[in-house]
Amino acid sequence: MKLLTFRGGIHPSEKKDLTKSSPITTIPIPERLYIPVQQHTGAPAQPLVKVKDYVYKGQKIGDSQSFVTSPIHAPTSGNIRKIGLHPHPSGRPVLTIEIESDGKDELFPNISPVSWENLSPNEIREKIREAGIVGLGGAAFPTHVKITPPPEKKIDTVILNGAECEPYLTIDYRLMLEKPELIVEGLQILMYVLGVKRGIIAIEENKKDAGEILKNHLKRDMEIVFLKTKYPQGSEKQLIKAILDREVPSGGLPLDVGVVVNNVGTACAIAEHFRTGLPLISRGVTVTGEGVKNPKNLNVLIGTPVFKLIEECGGFLDAPGKIIFGGPMMGIAIYSLVTPIVKGTSGVLVLPRSFIKNHDPLSCVRCGRCLDVCPMNLIPTVIAEYARLKNIELAEKEGALDCMECGSCSYICPSRRPLVHWIRIAKFEILAKRRK
Amino acid sequence: MEEKELIVSTSPHIFADEDVSKVMLNVILALIPTTLVGIYFFGIYTAYVIIVSIISAVIWEAISLLIRRKSIYTLMDFSAVVTGLLLALTLPPRVPLWIPVVGTFVAIVLTKQIFGGIGGNFLNPALVGRAFLLTSYPSLMTSWINPVFGFITQSTPTSTATPLAIEKLKLPYSLPSYWDLFIGKIPGSIGETSAILILIGGLWLIYKKIIDWRIPVSYILTMIILSFLFKKDPIFQVLSGGVFLGAFFMATDWVTTPLTPFGRLIFGIGAGFLTMAIRIYGNYPEGVTYGILVMNVLTPLIDRTIKPRKFGGVKK
Repeated sequence: MKLLTFRGGIHPSEKKDLTKSSPITTIPIPERLYIPVQQHTGAPAQPLVKVKDYVYKGQKIGDSQSFVTSPIHAPTSGNIRKIGLHPHPSGRPVLTIEIESDGKDELFPNISPVSWENLSPNEIREKIREAGIVGLGGAAFPTHVKITPPPEKKIDTVILNGAECEPYLTIDYRLMLEKPELIVEGLQILMYVLGVKRGIIAIEENKKDAGEILKNHLKRDMEIVFLKTKYPQGSEKQLIKAILDREVPSGGLPLDVGVVVNNVGTACAIAEHFRTGLPLISRGVTVTGEGVKNPKNLNVLIGTPVFKLIEECGGFLDAPGKIIFGGPMMGIAIYSLVTPIVKGTSGVLVLPRSFIKNHDPLSCVRCGRCLDVCPMNLIPTVIAEYARLKNIELAEKEGALDCMECGSCSYICPSRRPLVHWIRIAKFEILAKRRK
Repeated sequence: MEEKELIVSTSPHIFADEDVSKVMLNVILALIPTTLVGIYFFGIYTAYVIIVSIISAVIWEAISLLIRRKSIYTLMDFSAVVTGLLLALTLPPRVPLWIPVVGTFVAIVLTKQIFGGIGGNFLNPALVGRAFLLTSYPSLMTSWINPVFGFITQSTPTSTATPLAIEKLKLPYSLPSYWDLFIGKIPGSIGETSAILILIGGLWLIYKKIIDWRIPVSYILTMIILSFLFKKDPIFQVLSGGVFLGAFFMATDWVTTPLTPFGRLIFGIGAGFLTMAIRIYGNYPEGVTYGILVMNVLTPLIDRTIKPRKFGGVKK
C-alpha cells in the first residue's frame, strides 16, 4: 500500500514505546484545581463566580461575549478558594480560578445526556460551545468556531487527525484503541453539522493496529487512510496536502480548500459530551519521558497541577531538567510544578537534567538541510538571519508568517542554530506592527 | 512535592545527532581512500606534505581564533582539518614542505577567518589556497612525477607531465589508458588521480546525505556533453585532472555553493562549462579550480534568484 505524505519533514526517534501499551487510567480528584480563564485560542473567559462561592461539577464558571472564545467549567464540586494569577502552560501567569474540592464530586443539576440526532446543526454547535470544547491536539482552537464556516465556503470533507506525529505522545493512539466507537460517533456528528458526505480518519502507519480497530466501527461515507510516519504529518495543511492533494493557500485556512480538520481526541470529547451531558472537564494526557519513573497515559481533570501527574507516575527519575507541556518538538517547557493541565495539554514530557545540552550555535554553514525539511518550503536560515539582524521587513518578504513553528529546521541544523526561535520573534514583531 | 528548579527554553527540545563536527569527520573518512592511494602511488614523501598541510591549517585556524577572541573550541568542528587535507590532495607530489604552509595560510586566514570563520567565506578555502600557489609558484606547482608505487620506495621518481598537459600541449609522452585514468595510475596531484576511490568517497557522502548528488552529476554530465560538442574524448576529459575531486569534494562544499536544489544544478552545470572552457580556450591545461571558484562568486546571485515556491504560495 502506498503511504500518503508531504514534502519535507523529519523523523526523530519516536520514543512511543514508553507509554504505548499503557491503558488510560483515571487519577483521584486532587484537593485543589487551578482553572485558567485562558485555555484556548481567542478571548479569555470572564469569571462568573466569586471567591467562597460553591460550585458543582460541570458548572460554568467563566465565559465571554466574543465569538472566538470558550467557556470554562468546574471539574468537580467545591469552593472557590482564590481568583488570581497562577503559573500557566503558556509560560506567563494567567488569571486562574482555584477550586478547593469538597470530595463529593456533586454534579450540577440539569446535566444529562442529549441525543444529538434530534438536534439541528446550529443547536449542536451551541451545545459544543457551551460544553467548552476546543481542539485537543494542542492549539486549543474553539471547536464551535471551526465548524461554523462562512456560508460562501463549501466544505466537502471532514478529516480526523490521528497522526500524532510528535515523538513520545501516545494519548491519541490509546484513545483510538480504547474508544473507537466514540471517535467514530464524533466524526458522525461533525459530518452531520457540516453537511459533509466524506469523513476521513488519518493515522500514521506506526499506529496501524489502531486503524484496524477503528475500521470495524466505521459508518457510511467514512474511511481510514494511513500516512507515512514523519513529523509534522499531523499539521493541518500537510495532512490535507497528503490526503487530498489540496494546498491551503498562504495565509489561508483549511476552510479555503473545503476541509475541516479535527483531532481524534476532539471528536471523542464531542461524542462523550452528548452521551454524558458533561462539559469538557477532563482529558487524556501522556505522562512520559526518561525523567519519570513509570510513564503512563492518564485521564485527568482540567486544572490538575502537574506534580499530581508526576506523583501518579512514581515521581522523578534523576533530577528533572525540563518539564514540557506537549511533545518535544512544539511543546512548552514550564517553570513551576503547580502549572495546571489545561484543555490543550496532550502530554507532559519530563526530560532529565542529563538530557539537556547547551548548544553553542555556529554560523550557518549553508548546508540547506533546513530547506529540505521545511514542510512549508521556506528558507528558514535566511528568514532566521533577517530576524536575528532585526530586519523584519525582509523576514516578512521571505515568508516568515507562513512558518508554523514546527521546529524541524532547528532540529536538523548541524550548526545548532535556534532557527525557529528567531523566526518566531520575527512573526511576533510583524504581527505587533500590523496591529498598530 | 516541593518546587524544583526547571530549565526553560523554546521548542524544539530534541535535536538531530549530526552536527558540523560529525559531518566534517565523515568528509575526512570519505577522503581517506584517495589519500592512502595517493601516498601509495607517489611515495611516503606525500604523507609529509599531507601532514604538514593539516597541521599548519589547524595552527592557522587556532591563531586566527585567538586573535578574533573566539572560542578555541571551534577547532573541534574539524573544518580546518578538512581544508588542510583537501589542499594537500590538490598539490603535486614533490612540492617543498613550506608550500602547504603558505597555501593553508591563504586558505584559512585570508579566505576563511577574515570573512568571519566557518560559514562566513564565499570562496572555497582549499581552492583559493591552491589558486594562490599556482599563480605564485607556477613551476613548483606543475612539476609532476610518474607513480612510484609503494609507501616506501628507494627508486627515484621520474618527472613527467599530467595527461591533460600532454594532450593540450602535445608533449612527447604517451597518454595513459582509460583503466589507468580510472584507478589513478597517472601523474597528477596527490589525491586527484584515482577516480574510482574518489567516487567511492563521494557516494558515501551522498548516501549520508552530506553532499547533494545534483552537483557532481550535473558537473560531470555537462563536461561529457561539451566534450562531444567540441570533439574531445569525454572519458579522457572527465577522468583526467581534478574533475572527480573537484566535483565531489570542492563543488559540494556547503558554505560556498547554493542553498536550493535547483541552484545547485545551475552551479554544477556552470562549473562544468567553465572547466571545459578553460581547458579548451585557456592557457592552463586544467580548469577545475577556477571553474569552481568563479561559480562560488556567482553563488549569492544564484541564491537571490532561485527561490523555492513556498507551500500554498502562487505558482511561478
